Amino acid sequence: MPKDTSIKKVLVIGSGPIIIGQAAEFDYSGTQACRALKSEGIEVVLINSNPATIMTDPEIADRVYVEPLNVEVVKRVIEIEKPDSILPNLGGQTGLNLAMELARSGYLEESGVRLLGAKPDTIDRAEDRQLFKDTMEKLGQPCIPSKVVETLEDALAFAAEIDYPVIVRPAFTMGGTGGGICANEEELREIGTNGLRLSPIHQVLIEKCIAGWKEIEYEVMRDGKGNVITVCNMENFDPVGVHTGDSIVVAPSQTLSDHEYQMLRTAALDIITELGIEGGCNCQFALKPDSFEYAVIEVNPRVSRSSALASKATGYPIAKVAAKIAIGYSLDEIINEVTGETCACFEPALDYVVVKYPKWPFDKFVYAKKDLGTQMMATGEVMAIGTSFEAAMMKAVSSIELGLETLTLPTLAEDSDETIIEKLHNCDSERAFVVYEALKRGISWEVIHDITKIDRWFLAKMQHLADMENAMAKGELTEESYRAAKQYGFMDKTITRLTGKEIPVELHASYKMVDTCAAEFAAKTPYFYSSFDEENEAEEFIRQHPTDRKKVMVFGSGPIRIGQGIEFDYCSVHCVWTLKENGCETILVNNNPETVSTDFDTGDRLYFDPLNPESVAHIIHTEKPWACVVQFGGQTAIKLTKALEKMGVKILGTSADAIDEAEDRERFDALLERCGIPRPAGETIFTCEEALAAAARLGYPVLLRPSYVLGGQNMIIAYNEADVVEYMGIITSHELENPVLVDKYLTGVECEVDAICDGEEFLIPGIMEHIERAGIHSGDSISVYPPQTLAQKIKGVLVDYTGRLAKALKVVGLVNIQYVVHDGKVYVIEVNPRSSRTVPYISKVTGVPVVELAVRCLLGEKLSQMGYGTGLYPTGDICAVKVPVFSFEKLHNVDTQLGPEMKSTGEVLGIGRNFEDAMLKGLIAAGYQMRRPEPEQDKCVLLTVKDADKEELTEIAYQFKQLGYKLYATSGTANWLAKNMIACNEVRKISEEAPNILNLLESGRVDYVLSTSSKGRLPSLDSVKLRRKAVELSIPCLTAIDTANVLLKCLQSGRTIQDVDLIDISTL
Amino acid sequence: MKAYLLLADGTLFEGKSLGAQGTTIGEVVFSTGMVGFEETLTDPSYYGQIITQTYPLIGNYGMNSEDKESKKIWAKGYIVRESCQYPSNFRCEETLDAFLKKENIVGIEGVDTRRLTRILRSHGVMNGAVTTEYSEENREALLEQIRAYSIVDAVKAVTCTESSVSGEGNKYKVALLDFGCKNNIVRCLVKRDCEVTVLPGFATAEQISALGVDGVMLSNGPGDPAENTEIIENLKSIMALGLPVFGICLGHQLSALAAGAKTGKLKFGHRGANQPVTDLLHDRTLITSQNHGYAVLGETLPAEMGAVSHVNANDKTCEGVRYTAWNCFTVQFHPEASGGPKDAEYLFDEFISRMAAKKGEC
Repeated sequence: MPKDTSIKKVLVIGSGPIIIGQAAEFDYSGTQACRALKSEGIEVVLINSNPATIMTDPEIADRVYVEPLNVEVVKRVIEIEKPDSILPNLGGQTGLNLAMELARSGYLEESGVRLLGAKPDTIDRAEDRQLFKDTMEKLGQPCIPSKVVETLEDALAFAAEIDYPVIVRPAFTMGGTGGGICANEEELREIGTNGLRLSPIHQVLIEKCIAGWKEIEYEVMRDGKGNVITVCNMENFDPVGVHTGDSIVVAPSQTLSDHEYQMLRTAALDIITELGIEGGCNCQFALKPDSFEYAVIEVNPRVSRSSALASKATGYPIAKVAAKIAIGYSLDEIINEVTGETCACFEPALDYVVVKYPKWPFDKFVYAKKDLGTQMMATGEVMAIGTSFEAAMMKAVSSIELGLETLTLPTLAEDSDETIIEKLHNCDSERAFVVYEALKRGISWEVIHDITKIDRWFLAKMQHLADMENAMAKGELTEESYRAAKQYGFMDKTITRLTGKEIPVELHASYKMVDTCAAEFAAKTPYFYSSFDEENEAEEFIRQHPTDRKKVMVFGSGPIRIGQGIEFDYCSVHCVWTLKENGCETILVNNNPETVSTDFDTGDRLYFDPLNPESVAHIIHTEKPWACVVQFGGQTAIKLTKALEKMGVKILGTSADAIDEAEDRERFDALLERCGIPRPAGETIFTCEEALAAAARLGYPVLLRPSYVLGGQNMIIAYNEADVVEYMGIITSHELENPVLVDKYLTGVECEVDAICDGEEFLIPGIMEHIERAGIHSGDSISVYPPQTLAQKIKGVLVDYTGRLAKALKVVGLVNIQYVVHDGKVYVIEVNPRSSRTVPYISKVTGVPVVELAVRCLLGEKLSQMGYGTGLYPTGDICAVKVPVFSFEKLHNVDTQLGPEMKSTGEVLGIGRNFEDAMLKGLIAAGYQMRRPEPEQDKCVLLTVKDADKEELTEIAYQFKQLGYKLYATSGTANWLAKNMIACNEVRKISEEAPNILNLLESGRVDYVLSTSSKGRLPSLDSVKLRRKAVELSIPCLTAIDTANVLLKCLQSGRTIQDVDLIDISTL
Repeated sequence: MKAYLLLADGTLFEGKSLGAQGTTIGEVVFSTGMVGFEETLTDPSYYGQIITQTYPLIGNYGMNSEDKESKKIWAKGYIVRESCQYPSNFRCEETLDAFLKKENIVGIEGVDTRRLTRILRSHGVMNGAVTTEYSEENREALLEQIRAYSIVDAVKAVTCTESSVSGEGNKYKVALLDFGCKNNIVRCLVKRDCEVTVLPGFATAEQISALGVDGVMLSNGPGDPAENTEIIENLKSIMALGLPVFGICLGHQLSALAAGAKTGKLKFGHRGANQPVTDLLHDRTLITSQNHGYAVLGETLPAEMGAVSHVNANDKTCEGVRYTAWNCFTVQFHPEASGGPKDAEYLFDEFISRMAAKKGEC
């Protein structure tokens, strides 16, 4: 079936902000799909609220709407653009849900828009629990005993029938939001109620818990002719019960014989055939370890996180092929781009092992509940490829950036054997490390298996690593054991540390190709991973492709985590593209399977390997690049600077010394003094005593943070000595390589600039002003371009300081500087001589291609010749508001109060003709429903604020009242308001008798909560419990006075999204 | 203990001994299947060959007594990157190493099998030896032996000597000519209500006719198809019986030779579980299990005999023939799978339909 030529203009819906369960993988799949469509001459219209994506670049789509993702907005885009078709299955659950809503309402048919690749009926049969069960029954595919219920009573009755433990799975939520395992009735009451509320159709599945079965996934594809293939199968290290997004996953499956493999493969193909999907589909199975009994757990009728992983694990571009199928091609007509000769209708054969390891945010959220279950909590993941499971696992562990070189977690060292066995029972984020510790101590596989149900095959492989590590720790090292250690993934650094001996012989990594076909055919994809074999295919490839272009190596940013998100992938990819355009040969190194940067055709060559100095040194040994670029890959890449310099590798752009100057406290102070720029007073300390003394000298409140951080990791504002003691207790529990900084905390307007510098001149595309005053991490603040409240004089000072700093540091490339305006005076808070999270957004709203210009500076061009001028770039006639998005409902016990430590997982952008429009769009895109009081409803706002905020609360409370809300407040706040003549109901605290504040929240009457407290974090605090409760009930909870103010303004305006123009940013 | 792989071109790989010790010489081939190593090892079509597995971890789920495709290992040797010492699966009975030792098969592990595969891919299949007795002194002598090696009389070596019956009393009576038959062909037929009489590959039309069967199944098997002149002659008479005939792999090649077509040797063969085959009659592409070094040259098939019905979607080689002159259809790939995908198993249903039609049932 050739291409359907009636398809000329296609609307692609993106997945919106990065949240847990829906991350960068949809930018990867969406970008691939858009490019595939464009290459077929089809006009692409894109809508996505996430500005940090590559798919929202004008190069990727023809028309780009960075607008809120809701039905009304998508309808309006359809009315403006009149696409003939819509491609719904590449933008995650968000895109799919929107398209289905439009289809079901009959809107698409009325507008003459075709739905490609999926039909509402198909989607319902995969996602509606009952229809899914019926479909599986019809196919003769076994399901787990389960029942769809819509009330808690029915849930309890069915659970009694099938017996506990049971699993709750809410319908139509992504990443399993709101689900969980319940061991008894009490737990079902809690989780069931929550799940019913979070499901948009108030439906949950109560399911028999089959913990201990193997979890196996198949990625399958089908075309319009009915051809079906399996791209990849995967086996979870963790048995059924842990969400696959939170599982260590290995590809292909390891413990399945041909019989089991084919049985499940046939089942997956039968399912995709029955559902009639044209595109990709993910089937998850539970397989009983001691028989051929299995059950279908879940079917995702779309491109998913697992399909991104499968694409990178095999080299098979699922999203691209799915897009081509959607426009009419059949699998046998599509060329396998990897070989360039064979067709896409085949099943990849792997000749290596792939391990995926999740990246959890628990290193930031120290008080979060770390237990893994059916609700995904990982923000990102890494993938590692090895010639053995052991090597892949070692690479994966190094790549998750927990400071680990092996699976040994130092904090477990002091536990007794009994404690370790006890800890094996905890199914949490540290379980793989606990298992490893147990193996190192000789605790038997039987004991470990009985508790964890982890397959003995994995235990045996981990035992192998543990034995090697134990032997090395005894000082054993021969050339033979050294070679074996290298084969199985130990780094030289680790080997010398463990054995205390010099390495006996110098070994260099050799590189093998990922080619989809286990070397059966000659492949054209330059996609490599390291091994310690003799044959170096990368070297051979380089030899066979001689070039006189300059070779530049670009480092990606590793796993998506809070503070280092998709923005850095955007920057890395644009860096590579610009280098290519400027005649360089580009080499990409990264380990994140969800990203565009690890697509095999982004750079000229891709190395899928860890981003640590040793791994990188090996790649450099093979590639011998002319230079490297570190400034676009976030802190992960920046951290490599010193090591690269030691290797004698040229680093393009800002020097390593300048990077150090910006990060080393003393040198930074000296620099500021030289430039005559003030900063809040501060000191450098190592111990708790020093911290207390410094804080006393500076005067509270003070800001505490480790040097060398990104995303405000482990950063707090301390209001008193107790805060300092608590903080130092946590931070000194890890190894302190760098000192802790104690700064005077200055309140005021915070602003931020990104500047492009060529070493002499600089260009600021735009100044961004934060809505929340200093003290809230810039990544969590609402940020506005252009600034709305800054005086011309202040802007002048910002530009002047930026120029001075850029020149003094001899910045070449990008620098991001954060300022606070305190009492009319500008202070520097932070200077980061690298790309920042605001780069994609400021590029899109100003039209200044920030990364491109920065890269041209790296290559020696001068800003004056680039046509964008120098100094501050003229402000455009639009306003853009970036609003952070959080994933609090997925993380238990995390305090939602914003502070200096970053908590948001993603962001959206609102673009408008003026500030009000932009803000309204931003808030709506971020998920605010902009509720206003209705006359009959008796709705209220709950206020509970810290003393410092009370002064400003008065006006806010008054305004909410004016809107028509009833006010409720806790005693202190209520007293204050009463004193200020604002009538308000006092509500009892959590610790007090019912009806108290929790009952009020549960009543459904509360539209907004404003809660600020001087202390936070600890889950046992009333204020934290209150905020958690609000999150669980999906009540917007504001934790900063400034956020409340802008929200109020939007509510008061009375405008809705229908009143605001949509803007195609490709026309800006 | 060290072991070595020496190829005819002199390339030497060093590894660890796996299975039995000693020296074995054979034709070195590679299979890309990621599962199904037990089926591969016991597939008689590998007679005379040394099998290389491209997937690096072999033996993960151990050996069991249910998945064997014949009673023993017919291959001459086995090459893997890593053989699993601690297999895990509920059916596992022994390790790969123990099984190879028991079967007295010389193997080697610790070989960079990707490098080896790349060599075979560019040079074509090559003879080689796996040995635990290598030395610089005996290298030349060994090379001479390697270069002199060729697979002859393969079918004679693997076919059964006496007939046997499976699925006794079942509805359809099938004569299965064993050229090196995989057990799963028998299982697929018995499952479909067939009584299968497995006959030595050299059985004649008279012998088959005497059995009063409803159809004839031609099995897979090893070696160069063209050397089986006696069988090819027999097949001409068997076809003349007018019974429905279904041929797989070597059975497919021998039928084509009997029809006057030619066969040729592929550079490195098709061995794996991911080969796409386009069914020209139905415009569908199937993922198939394959294991063959020779192929029917489709263009040499006399037009009056029949037409090519299936082609390999990658290299366009002939993968199936529908005969018009005979009541016969044959495929190069393995619809019985084991190991590999079962997507083409429906071809057995077609064979049954043809027998039913012959019996006048529909």
